[in-house]
Amino acid sequence: MIAAATLPRLLAGIDPSGPLDFHQHELLHGPLPSSREAADLIGDLERAGLRGHGGASFPSARKLQAVAQARGKQIVLINAVEAEPASEKDRLLVECLPHLVLDGAVAAARATGAREIAFAVRDGARDAYGAAARAIAERPRGEPPITLFAIPDSYVGGQETALVNYLSGGPLRPTFTPPRPDEQGINRRPTLVNNAETLAHLALIARNGEQWFRSLGAPGQPGSALVTVAGAVVHPGVYEIEYGSPLASLLTVAGGPLGTPRGVLLGGYAGSWVPYERALEARLDDAELAVLRARVLAGVIFFLGEEACPVAETLRLARWMAGQSARQCGPCLHGLDALADELATIASGHGDGGTLQRLGRLGELTAGRGACAHPDGAVNCLLSALETFEHDFAEHARSGPCAACGLPATLPLPDWHLPDSSPQRRRLRSL
Amino acid sequence: MNVLTSQTAWYLTRATGAVSLLLFTAAVVLGILDVQRFSSRRWPRFVIDGVHRRVSLLALAFLGAHVVTTVIDTFVSIPLIDAFIPFIGSYRPIWLGLGAVALDLALAVVITSLARDQIGYRGWRAVHWLSYACWPIAIVHGLGTGSDASSTWLLALTALCVVAVAAAAIWRLARDWPQARRARLAGAAALVAFLIFLVAWLPGGPLGADWAKRSGTPARAAAAVPPRATTTTPLTGSTNETSTGSSSESPSGGSSAPGEGSGSVQGPGESEGQEEH
Amino acid sequence: MTRVRVNPIACEAHGMCAELLPERITLDEWGYPIVDDRPLTAEQLAHAELAVRACPVFAVLLEAAR
Repeated sequence: MIAAATLPRLLAGIDPSGPLDFHQHELLHGPLPSSREAADLIGDLERAGLRGHGGASFPSARKLQAVAQARGKQIVLINAVEAEPASEKDRLLVECLPHLVLDGAVAAARATGAREIAFAVRDGARDAYGAAARAIAERPRGEPPITLFAIPDSYVGGQETALVNYLSGGPLRPTFTPPRPDEQGINRRPTLVNNAETLAHLALIARNGEQWFRSLGAPGQPGSALVTVAGAVVHPGVYEIEYGSPLASLLTVAGGPLGTPRGVLLGGYAGSWVPYERALEARLDDAELAVLRARVLAGVIFFLGEEACPVAETLRLARWMAGQSARQCGPCLHGLDALADELATIASGHGDGGTLQRLGRLGELTAGRGACAHPDGAVNCLLSALETFEHDFAEHARSGPCAACGLPATLPLPDWHLPDSSPQRRRLRSL
Repeated sequence: MNVLTSQTAWYLTRATGAVSLLLFTAAVVLGILDVQRFSSRRWPRFVIDGVHRRVSLLALAFLGAHVVTTVIDTFVSIPLIDAFIPFIGSYRPIWLGLGAVALDLALAVVITSLARDQIGYRGWRAVHWLSYACWPIAIVHGLGTGSDASSTWLLALTALCVVAVAAAAIWRLARDWPQARRARLAGAAALVAFLIFLVAWLPGGPLGADWAKRSGTPARAAAAVPPRATTTTPLTGSTNETSTGSSSESPSGGSSAPGEGSGSVQGPGESEGQEEH
Repeated sequence: MTRVRVNPIACEAHGMCAELLPERITLDEWGYPIVDDRPLTAEQLAHAELAVRACPVFAVLLEAAR
């Protein structure tokens, strides 16, 4: 039994060649405490200060408490969809350490009174799906039944209410809240939706307690976290860090940069671009990153290579984010398209003096006026790019496309389409 | 009837029917303007929407009056049930029956609109489409059942209503073309079919000879009303009163008892070219 | 302390809410409502209720503050 007061914690004992089966998993971590032993799991989680690792960083204890107290038959939903294209941490967990995630789900189910678990994996992540299925089959008797679901590839598919909507038989699109899933989720049942990594942490807290959890990390943000280092580095991949550790140290562990990166995207496509030099001084917790107007979010740390054109990459990202809109809310649908159009104008050299102002105004009109956080994230990301790469944008506004504009994209932007993008959804005026 | 003479009831039935038709036409046109988000400085969206709702209620009120006056009119027996269940009556069953269909549809539309909060948007919207069926049926009912079908004022009124709705419908179909192409084509086809139907049916139908008989006017009623000029308006007083008075007092020459409609078009004592209720 | 809220998914930019409650709702360039979510005054409450009833798609909501 390992109760590492140091790293690795989640990634302890990981075997890159394949998953740990249930037996190996129990040898490594010991058995999951029974309900009696973990009677006050929710209290432990609260004292531990565990927050969600799906991007929203919501206090986990509060979520479990809400579900436990809600009326109806509770259900636990493992969100391993990981729709953030640059992120790989959840996929790694499911493919290599699935029982850690399932332990967390089972413990959460017992703590909230749920007798059923749903496991959502992205349809395109075939290896993860297979690993999940095998792991489910290995679970001991006496646990709540676990049902595996393949979720269509789309950025919005990881969003909590969209996922719940889909699993309730509806489209894969966000819904208006209230009610939130913890009150009315899948088929109106109170649903605990947790990111896979969050449940993995929960599984270890159930065994080792809150003091152990807090022995690492920053005061305001205890514990460890998985991050995905990507882009212009020698060894891209998933790393486990202690909150508050310097980004520079992480970069060293990842083999250092390839060349001198132009900038760093922190968090994911809803995150913030920061200049490389400033990133090197940063520490990885929300309080520290707040100075750079960034957050850990989904844990993506993407280094933009020196050959890449930031303007072209930003424009591609803007178009992609606009395309990934569920297109249910006018401001998101119109605003993201308009933002991408303005960026295109700058990129092609046709911008005028008013472009930046228009972009700022568009950002204000778009953010905060949708049913989910997609437009907010996109606006934040795009405006941070304008600021970080101000010089490059000014150059392009003057002289048009540069030599690097035509290079292939380095930011992963998969060709995902919403499964039921029927004309009705795009049409916002009545027939 | 003590309070209302049959003559008055007859006037009121036709008058309320005509007004009801006008109001429903206005409701449909306003409804189209509403859904197409038409607005001007004097007519903001909430006004168009509000007037649409209120005109519809007013139309239903006049429709209610139209039904009541028809039922209490003793001249022809039209029981209340005939107003709701189509085609079972003895008086011009098809054409009156269409009125019942239109009434049922109108009731469905209005009641679901009043209960919109309970029903929800989708359910309400689905039923509301029935307005497009209700209106043309009402037009045909008016032309087929009304005794004034061939009178100028009713024809002019009907033409005005048809032009108004047709214009609004064409505007709506054209405006967002080619969005929802199939639905728009279906709508255009329905409109064209309706107009063709009117043009083809009217001359040989209500405007043709012997319509009262062919449309199923019961023999007694057909026999009792003395001949009138086809262009008489309802408000030329004394001549009509005299003749109505005589018809209600003297039994018809037909074999049907008072209060019974035979539904047959071959009762004795019928003369050609007579106008009827 | 009641506030206006718009359900952005249901909203189809009919614009009646902005006509009936311009003190709290204005329209953006695409016709969608920009909501000022400060609490409503007593006089505004009646107009806000009109706006709620006028919306053809039930997108306008009144929320009691938490």
